[in-house]
Amino acid sequence: MIVKAAVAKKLVKEIKVDVDKCTGCRSCEMACSAFHSLPKYSSLNPARARIRVIIDESRDMYVPIRAGEYTQAECNGRNVYTIHGKEYSECSFCPACCPSRDYFKEPDSGLPLKCDMCEDEPPLAVPMCVTACQQGALTYVEREEFVQEQKPQVKPEEMEIVFEALVKKHGKKKVIETFARLSKGSH
Amino acid sequence: MRYAERGYNLEIDLSRGSVERVETDPKETELYLGGQGTAAKLLWDRVPPEAEPFSPENLLIFSSGLLNGTPVPGATRTSVNTFSPQTLLMAHSLMGSYFGVEMKHAGYDKIVIRGKSPDLVYLWVNNGKVEIRDAGHLKGKGTQETAALIKEELGDNKIQVAAIGPAGENRVYMASIDHSHASAARGPGPVMGDKGLKAIAVRGTQDIHTARSAELFETCLGIAKELFENPNVGDWMAVDEDDSFHHNNFTWGNARVRRKDFWSKELQDRWTAWKYDHMDRQTSCYNCPKKCHNVISWPGHKRFSYKCYGKDTYHMAAFQELDFSYEILGLAQELGLDSYSTPQVIAFALELREAGILSDQDFPGMPADIRGRFYYILEKITRREGIGDVLANGVYWAARQIGKGAEKFDHNTTKKFEQLPIKLGKVNPAYFLMIATGEKMSITQIEGSFPQDPLPTRAQREEFVKNWAAAPDDKFKKWFLEWEKRNEISNEASCAITDWNEAMHYIDDSLGLCGFVSSFRGQFGGRTGYHVWNIPQMISLSTGLDFDKEKLWKTFQRIRTLVRAVNVRRGLRRKDERPPEDHWAVRDEKTEQKLLGDYYEFKGWNNDGIPTKTTLDNLDLNYVSEDFLKRGILTNGAASSKEASKQQATQSVEG
Repeated sequence: MIVKAAVAKKLVKEIKVDVDKCTGCRSCEMACSAFHSLPKYSSLNPARARIRVIIDESRDMYVPIRAGEYTQAECNGRNVYTIHGKEYSECSFCPACCPSRDYFKEPDSGLPLKCDMCEDEPPLAVPMCVTACQQGALTYVEREEFVQEQKPQVKPEEMEIVFEALVKKHGKKKVIETFARLSKGSH
Repeated sequence: MRYAERGYNLEIDLSRGSVERVETDPKETELYLGGQGTAAKLLWDRVPPEAEPFSPENLLIFSSGLLNGTPVPGATRTSVNTFSPQTLLMAHSLMGSYFGVEMKHAGYDKIVIRGKSPDLVYLWVNNGKVEIRDAGHLKGKGTQETAALIKEELGDNKIQVAAIGPAGENRVYMASIDHSHASAARGPGPVMGDKGLKAIAVRGTQDIHTARSAELFETCLGIAKELFENPNVGDWMAVDEDDSFHHNNFTWGNARVRRKDFWSKELQDRWTAWKYDHMDRQTSCYNCPKKCHNVISWPGHKRFSYKCYGKDTYHMAAFQELDFSYEILGLAQELGLDSYSTPQVIAFALELREAGILSDQDFPGMPADIRGRFYYILEKITRREGIGDVLANGVYWAARQIGKGAEKFDHNTTKKFEQLPIKLGKVNPAYFLMIATGEKMSITQIEGSFPQDPLPTRAQREEFVKNWAAAPDDKFKKWFLEWEKRNEISNEASCAITDWNEAMHYIDDSLGLCGFVSSFRGQFGGRTGYHVWNIPQMISLSTGLDFDKEKLWKTFQRIRTLVRAVNVRRGLRRKDERPPEDHWAVRDEKTEQKLLGDYYEFKGWNNDGIPTKTTLDNLDLNYVSEDFLKRGILTNGAASSKEASKQQATQSVEG
């Protein structure tokens, strides 16, 4: 079977982090929490920020990370990276809201926080943390990426497996009835 | 709702082991702002003047500034106030980094410590949950080491810790309280040790609200950018490697020798390489666009940070080069010793040995080389061992304990406190007043708005005043334009200049603003970030209280006068207001005393430096004037009071 591949443009939003430029001022945390408070700017609280500078003064570590996906389980093994002679745990760069640490959890409810790149209504042209960072440790880049869009191809035998499972569970009659009812609604 | 502040203090009684959350009166905020302002009020209200600094009655107060935790950039300072065992007066101490902000997020504007714990403890403040925990395992540990151990023990690296080192535990008068890359000196370290409190650990995850929040936030984004771009604010020594100013003009050793030709290009290149080859980075305090802490990893030594002149004090006291400071600072900070006063005490001890007042028996086993000697005495002071036990009381007290003429070598203290090692030719009248009457103990905490020296040409002066936005009044511009010789300026101008310089510090220290973006930074170039014209807006937007320049100025006067009253009640008088006798080579007692008298009059104080009833009452300090009358510090008949103070003044001139 031949499927036509379409070329699509995609906007990729990036925040570049230069850990050498970070001074640990945490303006990004303050500004993020202000922007995301309701009403906007009404409260300040780095604990609610979706960005956090992970600081370890004794090891000269300053790493701003943004809140990513929530994950139910912690990693079952972690890497330790040595960069310019300094040891960083994998967690230093990890954006996940995970059970192994209390980053990116609403302090009251414990619900996960996630960075939305300030795409609120109206969206900001540049995320607030970047605007707040005077040192240039955070910079915002938008770039277009071209991706090959392909329609997913499903082989007939794969489709059959699905139907077989449904028939096995609900019986042939019920599956046919459901299929007929669904078919009426569409053309 | 309380804006900018939380409206609660955390009160800890270490004798009883009690913890209370106490609501504060919003009226006090309007009168004294926060930080040192409200701390002075607590010290006035609750510590009787007879209370010894090392007594359970003395309070140790950690205050956030009123603007800490708001979006106002550079509002980073936490103040620590108590009564100092060295000066016996109110201690003025500040530190940067994150502590005050975290405290506010935990729900408290202040942590107020009273009593004494029989065993070494630390305080763990986790929002509403507060524990007094055993610190037996932290005894003798360094300041950074303590912070690291506590974070590990409590399993959270977001905790902020303020800790004393062994020096504080041993009640060394030069002991500091250290937090992150900041340190609170000038008094509270030994009091914390006396209370048996090793550290305070704070974690806060609560909201701080501001009144006109959107407008404030937007304004502050603009200010942050301005401060970032303004080379006149922050620590220029973090970027300018030409440090000929301190090395050629300040004195070396025990504030003795000036080396006017010390600095050279070769030296600058060598030192610059030392710095940048070993500097990890420069760091900032919370929400500040400047980066004033230089973090250094010197091979074989603890990582440490310094700012400004702090990098010079050890090697200048020891007649060494920068590498010596880089070597010793990591250790000194870990021991919890202030880098301004400690090197002077060590240099003083070595001078006494040279002079034969102290002998080799006083320094058993001391190495022969100067660097080794500094390390040796540093340890002795920290442990209060042998002569170290005497030196640990600072130059003033040590000189008197040692006797045998040692007092003559105490030539650089005022109000019993080690001053910056500066010895100059002719008197700069405003500096005479600031050093004499200052109650923040170090000139760096008093000077800062009006330039230190005149500019050489009229054209340069005109250029300077052209965009001098910080000047509270045009008269300052006029005085600066006319100022040609450092020592030639009217008493009227000198009084007003001193007053303005002081005003900015008293305002900063109540709001938590850092002097490096405000009070200290106007004198060089005149383009400081904050001044009496824009600070009222910051207060109004943050707190919702209506402030303008006039109200801010009156608030400064109220706080400043209250601090003076606190100290007057403990015995501070005109006779104590004397800069070191050799601070300037050319002196004239009569002129200086006339100037001092003029200043007292300008301030509304009597001839003995005591605020008059009228002054106090006009500043809503009626409770002070009532107390002064009751104690006989002021008398009802103005004439008799004047008479008494005249007598004392005469005595002090003769003494």
